[in-house]
Amino acid sequence: MRSTPEVDARTGLEKLATYPYQILTWVDDAGYPVSVAVDARVNASERTARFETPAGLVVPTDREVSLTGSHIRPQPGYGYDERRHVTVWGPVTVSGPTISLEGRTAWGWDEAEVPFFEYSERSVAKSRKYFDALSAERGTPVKPSLSLGFLTLRTTRLPFLTATIVPVVLGILIATSHGQFDLVAALLTIIGACFVQLGLNVANDVFDTIQGADDANVTPTQFSGGSRVIQYGLVSLRQMATLSTVFYVLAGAIGLILLATHGSTALLVIGVVGFIVSLGYTAPPLKFVYRGLGEIAVALGFGPLMLLGAYVVQTGGALSWEPFVASIPIALLVALILYVNEIPDRRGDAHAHKLTLPVRFSKAAVIGGYNLAAAAAYAVIVLGVGTGILPIPALLMLLTIPLAVRVSRGLAPNYDNPYALMAVMGVNVKLHLYAGLMLGAAYVVVLIVGAAWPTMSLFLG
Amino acid sequence: MANIPAPVGELLGKALVGELTVIDAQGRPVTYPLIPLWDGERVYMTSSSLFSRKLEHIRANPKVSLSITDPVAVDGRTDRATIQGDARIIEDDPHGGWERLLPIWEQKEPSIVYFLKARVALPLFFERALIEITPRRVLYWSDGDPASAPAVTVVGEEAA
Repeated sequence: MRSTPEVDARTGLEKLATYPYQILTWVDDAGYPVSVAVDARVNASERTARFETPAGLVVPTDREVSLTGSHIRPQPGYGYDERRHVTVWGPVTVSGPTISLEGRTAWGWDEAEVPFFEYSERSVAKSRKYFDALSAERGTPVKPSLSLGFLTLRTTRLPFLTATIVPVVLGILIATSHGQFDLVAALLTIIGACFVQLGLNVANDVFDTIQGADDANVTPTQFSGGSRVIQYGLVSLRQMATLSTVFYVLAGAIGLILLATHGSTALLVIGVVGFIVSLGYTAPPLKFVYRGLGEIAVALGFGPLMLLGAYVVQTGGALSWEPFVASIPIALLVALILYVNEIPDRRGDAHAHKLTLPVRFSKAAVIGGYNLAAAAAYAVIVLGVGTGILPIPALLMLLTIPLAVRVSRGLAPNYDNPYALMAVMGVNVKLHLYAGLMLGAAYVVVLIVGAAWPTMSLFLG
Repeated sequence: MANIPAPVGELLGKALVGELTVIDAQGRPVTYPLIPLWDGERVYMTSSSLFSRKLEHIRANPKVSLSITDPVAVDGRTDRATIQGDARIIEDDPHGGWERLLPIWEQKEPSIVYFLKARVALPLFFERALIEITPRRVLYWSDGDPASAPAVTVVGEEAA
């Protein structure tokens, strides 16, 4: 199967007619291809193209020849763009000085119709076949490769660790504002939580590959569609499964250390639930994301569980409303990262029966859902401050509203263009990070004010 | 070794794109637009493993041609050429072997260096084989007009 669909002869001829000239090609009697530029008069409805016999050359009538159109637009200092080409094959008949080609088959690519990144993604199977053949020829495995740094970055999706670091650091800061801080425990919590997410990221690729979701996705972006390292042959499924296990074991070991040194029933419950939510995100039998529960699982895991987990490590198990309320906007915004990233994946996800919200709902409903959830995140902050649960400086998070507005406004016009949507997805990731930083800054203010003016309260009521 | 006509060498040096034609299993010509890289003796092209069907065809039948036809791709020149030749695939090191041609490639497509630095984004695109074409016969249209018969030059060992 071609990576781009073959076009029918009529469509091919229609496209061919749009080029300023055509390249006539045949295989000569010596066995070499010959090409000559001609001006063809295309009649797509009759499936023919006529042109004058090129001087000094004999065009064979006993074999198929081709007409090709090719286009680029030079871009000085860059290269070129607007790439497209089409080829129509068929036999020719000669009538006096005129040759007529009867179009039978056609093939081509137009990057305006199939963007280059999608074209490349659709061609991954061809690359696998290439390396398999090379391996068979040499008698030793030949694989594509990346430098260790790039491979680590790609495999683990390291930049997404902000989803973990934001709630964990916030939980630690809130505990500190409550007079509870243990540096070693804090560092262990951050590292352990990061291992959980790395285990989740890698496990997600393993199970999405097993269940066909990543293979079905032909429009991945840097924010969506998984790491693709298995699809690209950079890392094997077994290696990824092993890597995920190693991350979970490391996370579990740190969890046990924390339980032993700062243990509590709350921490045990949070740890167990967190592990189930993390692994069950894509892994059978739970497969939360395949059942339309992925957004909730992510909100729970990267909101209350991470934040409260970090908090109770510091407090020895004591819980309070403040970290819980602070975790809600973080939970909503992290779920919105997943939610927006699922938009370009929705066709592949639907193919793999991964019933994410963008798969299940209309464009208008999905955008409405985004607006509602983002508004809820800010409403919780205002209500939290208004009821005296959160400190007044938490209102700093409202400074990120323009980012939410940018994402909201960017969804509708780019909804069906995964590559145009990338910029919107990037802003959405920043929204979560900056909102977390603002809340973190709020608690730094609380700590500073508390140290400088112990009697001053930054809470209403 | 090669003694292709000077104007054809100039076209090869300028062309942002040329049409490589290979022969498929049914004996049909299959044409792929690619950047021709001319080192003064042989024509080189590179093919990503993603788009490696042409390599399969060349392995089965190394007889190929490269045509330079688009005035837009050669800075407005109107002359045209088709170079018939024998192709050899060089794929000792798909990851980096092709990079020896990067200086010539960069002259035509400066952005390739930027993209190569970000190869993590599209790793398979930069797993590439080299196609080396030894010219055998050149057809040259000085006016680019198919109404004029091409000047034919036999090059390389066959010319000796």
